[in-house]
Amino acid sequence: MFRVTAFVVGTSLIAGFANADGHMANSMTLVSWGGAYQKSQINAYSDPYKAMHEGLEVVWSESSAEAVAKLRAMNEAGNITWDVVDVVASDAIRLCDEGLAMEIDHDELLAPAPDGTPASEDFGSMIVSECFIPQIVYSTTFGYRTDLVGGNPPSDICAVFDLETYPGNRSLEKRPINNMEWALLCDGVAKADVYDVLATPKGRAQAFAKLDTIKDSVIWWSAGADTPQLLADGEVVMGSTYNGRLFSVIEEQNQPVAMLWDAQVFDLDGWIIPTGLSEDRLARALDFVYFATDTQRLADQAKYISYGPARMSSAPLVSMHATLGIEMGPHMPTDPENAKNTFLYNYEWWADYRDDIDDEFQAWLAR
Amino acid sequence: MTAGNTCSVPLVPVVMPSTAIAVALIGLLVGIAHGFALPGAAVGAAIGAVLAFMLVRYVPDRRAGSLIATGLFTFLGFAVSGLTGLVLGAIVGLTLGWFVYWLARGTYRRNLPTYASPVHVLSHNAFRAFCGAVLFFLIAPILTIMPLSFNAQDFFTFTPEMLDFVAAGYSLKHYRDFFGNPDWQQALRNSVQIAPVATLLSVSFGTLAAIGLSQSDVPYRRTIMAVLISPMIVPLIISAAGMYFFYSRIGLQGTYLGVVLSHAALGIPFVIITVTATLVGFDRSLTRAAAIMGAGPMRVFFRVQMPLILPGVISGGLFAFITSFDEVVVVLFVGSVGQKTLPWQMFIGLREQISPTILAVATILVAVSIVLLTTVELLRRRSERLRGITPG
Repeated sequence: MFRVTAFVVGTSLIAGFANADGHMANSMTLVSWGGAYQKSQINAYSDPYKAMHEGLEVVWSESSAEAVAKLRAMNEAGNITWDVVDVVASDAIRLCDEGLAMEIDHDELLAPAPDGTPASEDFGSMIVSECFIPQIVYSTTFGYRTDLVGGNPPSDICAVFDLETYPGNRSLEKRPINNMEWALLCDGVAKADVYDVLATPKGRAQAFAKLDTIKDSVIWWSAGADTPQLLADGEVVMGSTYNGRLFSVIEEQNQPVAMLWDAQVFDLDGWIIPTGLSEDRLARALDFVYFATDTQRLADQAKYISYGPARMSSAPLVSMHATLGIEMGPHMPTDPENAKNTFLYNYEWWADYRDDIDDEFQAWLAR
Repeated sequence: MTAGNTCSVPLVPVVMPSTAIAVALIGLLVGIAHGFALPGAAVGAAIGAVLAFMLVRYVPDRRAGSLIATGLFTFLGFAVSGLTGLVLGAIVGLTLGWFVYWLARGTYRRNLPTYASPVHVLSHNAFRAFCGAVLFFLIAPILTIMPLSFNAQDFFTFTPEMLDFVAAGYSLKHYRDFFGNPDWQQALRNSVQIAPVATLLSVSFGTLAAIGLSQSDVPYRRTIMAVLISPMIVPLIISAAGMYFFYSRIGLQGTYLGVVLSHAALGIPFVIITVTATLVGFDRSLTRAAAIMGAGPMRVFFRVQMPLILPGVISGGLFAFITSFDEVVVVLFVGSVGQKTLPWQMFIGLREQISPTILAVATILVAVSIVLLTTVELLRRRSERLRGITPG
């Protein structure tokens, strides 16, 4: 009898100190990219999670763009203030290499698919790093002004390099990734050979020479919001950006813009958990990630933004847009109609060559 | 030489060609927009010459002449491009009406002595035009964002509907977003809580430091001064990184107090500089006189010295306030999401989603600063009037 009472008193004491979730912290800082993407995460993940956990405080910070630098500084200062961080796959690989992100056993810490398939199989090749918890597949692709291309809408990536048929400015991202690949593809290099060619100085010169042909008509962007603004202004006739941004321009803002899915480049975005969290915060972070990356939640996010869920089991559950009431399937970068010709971004290759090519690219830009 | 002097300028060789050139340029612009550049310029030149001739010859009354020019161009503008043309035409007409009489009546010599040579007159007016251009370039970007903030679309774009003055092209939705969005409201609250406290700290410490450093018997005055002013000279990013590591170690990073202290450190140099400048003109014998008459040091400070150096203290305080209110680098390091200020939120907004809400906020901030500065200026004049000093 005494033992039972002691047990009851003990647990209620613990519960009193650490609320209903036992050992978990009751506030959590999530880091993401802001804008419509973060809104989709709030709607699909953190609002339902908060509804399940009374008294939990969730704070969002729009700092993913400088996640690597900030996590390094936090680590040096011994003051980790973030709990779960949304980063692109290449940043996750870097953070993992530097020991700033926690290595995860995907099968143990993430939910299996509804049919019991373990998480590692459900995510499959999306798990590009031990630390990376995949969330979405997005693509970098082109949008064009339907009213500025005459009666001849482009359907081929090489329209970007064709100033005769499509005169006017185009916007490209201010970095070598993707641009170099597209340049080679349109200069006659076969898709399978692109990275081999790009590994040689001669191949890079070839890519820069191709980019030189349009350099005077390029407006360089660095934030995902730039191209939508330029397209809406009619400042550019076509421009690259993330497919979700273009979806918003076309379907939500009703601008005269259309997608050019050809040679879209897939990339991944997902969560990492920083190393060095206290035990209660780590427990909360893991609990949230387990919930937020299950099959239904990933499918739910696609109601708010046109990024493809990273789990195979989520695809059949993708439904209508929450407010626009349109079927989201055809707007996904992974839809067969859109993915007729895609380009696979090579993480390892870029990890090896990034620094050198970045320098060459900056030098080329300044010329 | 009186203001209304009419030292007439020859109509045919000067006024008519000048006006013709001005209208020809406008005609050229309109022509380019509608695909008839050269005919546009020619028609413009003809209209300009005829208008100048008619006004100067047959309409002696300036006001009536301006009215005629305005009416003519309003009608022309409306005929060419509807409602937008109407407004632009009215502006052009008003300016031209003024221009014709300004030339013909010799008003452009008004503030010059009669013996001024043509070169002198030209350079005088060129100088005035240059000053006007400088003011225009300073104010134009601010004025442009104001109508844009009423855009019905989510882009920084003057849509065709806006340019045609259609009501559907305008909306208050970005203002509603600012007042209804918890992110913006939290940022506003944070800014309003941080800036005044940081200002108070800067003003107190800065004033005391300036007074102390103005005593001639303080050792190492210049060194201390240099150290205190360093936050203004060292690049902000360096101060920010330094504060970040230091505050992290002592547990102030990501706290309200940490942000207030860092902003106070940034504001102190401004207060020291302005107060030191006013102290130069301060007569020390006044404090000695007050002391002789039995006032203690505190009383001397608050009753004698403080009122006299108050203008310096206030302008230093204003600078400190603006520094804290506009600051985005240090707060990104020292603050955490809980201390997200308005500039931080605007920075995020610009990078992640170019939303006109930023323009709405900017418009509100501009309006608030105009009201604030006007109030301060009016109060200053009033107190000077009450004290019997008339502003010079």
